[in-house]
Amino acid sequence: MNIKAGFKPLSRLRMAQLVTLDIPEGSYVNLGIGMPTLVGDCLPPEREIILHSENGILGMGPADASRPFDEDLVNASRKPVGLQPGASISDHVVSFAMMRGGHLDYTVLGAFQVAANGDLANWDTGARTNIPSVGGAMDLVAGTKNVFVMMEHATREGESKIVERCTYPLTGAGAVDRIYTDLAIIDVLPRGAGLVVRGMVEGITRGELQELTAAPLKFVVEVAVLKH
Amino acid sequence: MLDKIVATLEESVSGIADGSTILCGGFAGAGIPTALLQALLRQGAKDLVLVSNNAGNGPLGMGELIAAGRVRKLIATYSRSVDPNNPNAKDFADAYVAGKIELECVPQGTLAERLRAAGAGMGPFFTPTAYGTKLAEGKETRVIDGVGYVLEQPLKAEYAFIKAHQADRWGNLNYRYAGRNFSPVMCTAATTTIAQVNEIVPLGGLVPEHVMTPGIFVKRVVLARGATQ
Repeated sequence: MNIKAGFKPLSRLRMAQLVTLDIPEGSYVNLGIGMPTLVGDCLPPEREIILHSENGILGMGPADASRPFDEDLVNASRKPVGLQPGASISDHVVSFAMMRGGHLDYTVLGAFQVAANGDLANWDTGARTNIPSVGGAMDLVAGTKNVFVMMEHATREGESKIVERCTYPLTGAGAVDRIYTDLAIIDVLPRGAGLVVRGMVEGITRGELQELTAAPLKFVVEVAVLKH
Repeated sequence: MLDKIVATLEESVSGIADGSTILCGGFAGAGIPTALLQALLRQGAKDLVLVSNNAGNGPLGMGELIAAGRVRKLIATYSRSVDPNNPNAKDFADAYVAGKIELECVPQGTLAERLRAAGAGMGPFFTPTAYGTKLAEGKETRVIDGVGYVLEQPLKAEYAFIKAHQADRWGNLNYRYAGRNFSPVMCTAATTTIAQVNEIVPLGGLVPEHVMTPGIFVKRVVLARGATQ
């Protein structure tokens, strides 16, 4: 992406902080692999937010570095984790009932593309050499009440990751509720009603943001200024 | 006297025929029945269909069976290696790229529910997962009350390979932490469930309400203390 003179993109850490502002106390949350794991690092400790991992952990916390690695206590990324007081562990049937059954309040996921109608593509670039591997992504977006995507606004090649129609294989149709990028926070309106910008990085204009976005944008009356 | 404990790993996998379908518990490195998979390698069965969340956890166990050309098909949710620099599923990737193994990619919750349906005596079921995606292609779909669903089939098997923590001679099992994952539902969906366990306790040594897999779902138990992952 061209970095214009008037603005610079938000850092990943700042993006994660912005996501945490929208997750209230008492929420049950599943964080996707990659960039969304930063959200877990940014959650304020005084706010009780319960993290879910698809392998059955509810109440996941940071690993205790003083304990030796325990292969039975890992997250979906195979990384060691810890259990908060009050944590529970269930089997896959129950864990996925939480996901598909609409019991989780929020999920934050990375994405290759999000379309103006909320279609999400985040599991397969469709390359012939790919080994198809969907994991729990499709179940998660089928059921979670609020599906947030956290991603760079554009690919390394400068192509907008927000598109009219996804060209990559879908994870879920009409699945996404809100998009956090390094340039903006954008709501996806229900029933294909389009995209509405709620916040923009300081210094960018509406025209510049639209130019960098391959789908039409609407704007709320008072667009928040996202500071670094 | 009802006693499901068998003395050796060899005995625990005896009688498994070529072409068998085997459900393999485990998620990442948690709850992987490596000792049973290695016993099956020595036992010799081939043309196997394995059902597992991942396509192996490093070179041992499932990776060895795949590298030896003994697995015809894998049904899995995530068969890529999570970390390309430290691949957990290299043997599968090599066999897949070479066209030597078939893969059926299933959404993780759909896999759990297909096993549940088989174990609970249910027929096909509608799930919203994967509706509108390429994983729904070729399957019956229906819109009910405005929600799109995909018709999925029960998934049963001749065998399940399970790693549990403790067992008694009736086959009651419990699991450590996230070592539980798919194992309890796999126990219900197989004709013959074989559990490798860290510890065997006397009958009555497990708190009844803490039993996670009731022994009715388990046929053979074998001690594999300190089994390598």
